[in-house]
Amino acid sequence: MDAPVPVQAPLNLHVPEPPQRPGSEIDFSALVVPPAGATRRPDTGTPAAEMTDLAYGLVRVLDDQGHAVGPWDPGLDPDTLVRGLRSMMTVRAYDERMQRAQRQGKTSFYMKCTGEEAIAVAQAMAVDRSDMLFPTYRQQGLLIARDWPLADMMCQVFSNAGDRLKGRQMPVFYSSREAGFFSISGNLGTQYSQAVGWAMASAIKGDTRIAAAWIGEGATAEGDFHHALTFASVYRAPVILNVVNNHWAISSFHGIAGGERTTFAARGLGYGIPSLRVDGNDFLAVHAATRWAAARARANLGPTLIELFTYRAAAHSTSDDPGKYRPENAGAHWPLGDPIDRLRQHLTASGVWSEARQEALAREVAETVQAAGKEAEALGTLDKGPFHSARTMFEDVYKTMPWHLERQRRQAGV
Amino acid sequence: MATMTMVQALNAAMDEMLTRDGDVVVLGEDVGYFGGVFRCTDGLQRKHGRTRVFDTPITEAGIMGIAVGMAAYGLRPVAEMQFADYIYPACDQLISEAARLRYRSGGEFTAPVTVRAPYGGGIFGGQTHSQSPEAIFTHVAGMKTVIPSTPYDAKGLLIAAIEDDDPVMFFEPKRLYNGPFEGYHDRPVVPWAKHPASEVPDGHYAIPLGKAATVRSGGAVTILAYGTMVHVALAAARDAQVDAEILDLRTLVPVDIEAIEASVRKTGRCVIVHEATRTGGFGAELSALVQEHCFHHLETPIERVTGWDTPYPHAFEWEYFPGPARIAEALRRVMEE
Repeated sequence: MDAPVPVQAPLNLHVPEPPQRPGSEIDFSALVVPPAGATRRPDTGTPAAEMTDLAYGLVRVLDDQGHAVGPWDPGLDPDTLVRGLRSMMTVRAYDERMQRAQRQGKTSFYMKCTGEEAIAVAQAMAVDRSDMLFPTYRQQGLLIARDWPLADMMCQVFSNAGDRLKGRQMPVFYSSREAGFFSISGNLGTQYSQAVGWAMASAIKGDTRIAAAWIGEGATAEGDFHHALTFASVYRAPVILNVVNNHWAISSFHGIAGGERTTFAARGLGYGIPSLRVDGNDFLAVHAATRWAAARARANLGPTLIELFTYRAAAHSTSDDPGKYRPENAGAHWPLGDPIDRLRQHLTASGVWSEARQEALAREVAETVQAAGKEAEALGTLDKGPFHSARTMFEDVYKTMPWHLERQRRQAGV
Repeated sequence: MATMTMVQALNAAMDEMLTRDGDVVVLGEDVGYFGGVFRCTDGLQRKHGRTRVFDTPITEAGIMGIAVGMAAYGLRPVAEMQFADYIYPACDQLISEAARLRYRSGGEFTAPVTVRAPYGGGIFGGQTHSQSPEAIFTHVAGMKTVIPSTPYDAKGLLIAAIEDDDPVMFFEPKRLYNGPFEGYHDRPVVPWAKHPASEVPDGHYAIPLGKAATVRSGGAVTILAYGTMVHVALAAARDAQVDAEILDLRTLVPVDIEAIEASVRKTGRCVIVHEATRTGGFGAELSALVQEHCFHHLETPIERVTGWDTPYPHAFEWEYFPGPARIAEALRRVMEE
């Protein structure tokens, strides 16, 4: 039965509004969270149309007691799990130090990924080291999980004399060809179709490397998201398309991006792309889903869309104050917990972890970050320098400097 | 050596590069099996295969995003925009991504993409099939802009563009695809075969980017032109009986300042011609450069002959088009003063 239509009903515009604003208690009770282990794991060759439930469900492996349950348990060995824990703890410690450095005036800007550490770390570990990653600004964990030197990352944040990007990019817009980490852009979404192009190139050349891309739920509204999914589907590109749904695009909740009536994973179904919705705070679930998608790509089965369901626990950036638009401390109440605590709980429940080992790891991580900090700051900070020579400003615009830039360089006196 | 139209010369350039370099791919709307709406890629898919030359969905932004990713991998994509008028959705990927990738990654990632786009009027294409948007891209740091005016140059410049390690906007004067055009729309169409620059060598040759060509030597006035307007300027100088020196710039960025300087210092007069709208057009940059570099040699003010600052009108094509009569008027003005 259709809904009754009153005669000459005035039309009204629906403007989505989050359930709570500052001043009210945070309440996540409306969230539907299926129990861990309850979501089925289809074969990697399953067509999108036969696994639409996966785009609306939630792949979860870790239960409330920290046990790995169900068909998505990736069965990782303890060493791998500890490596994951170490990387996630390093990301958090790195974030804390760089946030502090920004507050101390050593750089202009910083962005933390608190609460989202499992995504970049588990995904980097689930693909091959030679696979190419096209991140957003909140996947610093990819570099850290690939053991990229923290001091090198810090030099970028400080724009100092050791910055591989020569002080040209805003803090956290890392780039490292050697790490298989594509140059981050501030124009949101552009990396998504680029990743598909890279993957198509790999397939054209008969290579074995695949690509993975990340985008926030907010930026799925950009055209690049649609272009990427179209090309990935049409040419069956070997690419993993990740949507990090952390619920907030600066101050706009996911409903403004179109998340009220459907999931972001479901976006993939219209393109015929198998799509998974995954608990992004569950290291094991993220790892397993990524491995599933990577296996599809490597078998020439084409792209997979993964929505990583998580929550941005911290501010968007050092320039943001989430207390202005959402209840204070919302992240602490996220029903799917903290990714680091949950993996630690799992290691403890598995009998391979102890308070002593945890403390030792925390000490090791703190020392690593501190040492890197000293190394990087010795090469300069944004407030005090030293920097690369200002003449480098004119380099790399073109492969060879044309006459007009040479002339401008002389005019600038550098 | 063969006699070719510009379409055939462009096709030969892509064929040559697809053959020589396994990293070259050609992509765009209708470029595959069909061979392009202007036939520039005719037969290339059949010869080089579907993964080297292929059709894309209708999304210029998508094509450019894909091309940038392919270039980051190490390929040399040649992306066709079916009309330059359709390029605007791709601007984010062109301006923010392709042009700046080398710079922002400290030289680690590059985007050696060639973007081919038929531009310009004279074919009754109305406002969405006639535009000349080159100045949008000449304004972008990190990008080169190239426009040929003959079959010989088209092949040599396109090969140079594909081999170039920076992104290149390659605008093709579509009114010149199948014959030179002097701007007299009411006269019979002349085929390329009667033009000496339709003689196109076989195999590989590259015309260096950044080098203008002197298409007519003269002592009275310098005309700076490119694309279709080179032929229109030649006709105007002939008909106005002015001993003009005509420079075909061929590359707009980096522009051949030495050639411009040498010519204007010699003639002391300068007329700048382009089809694109006037305000903020590339002619403004040329005018500023001539003023900066040749001020003390100028006998008269610099003249610009351009498209009007209106959208390109369908019914008033020839009132809009800066034809030989308008150029001749400008020549007379600079000669009379």
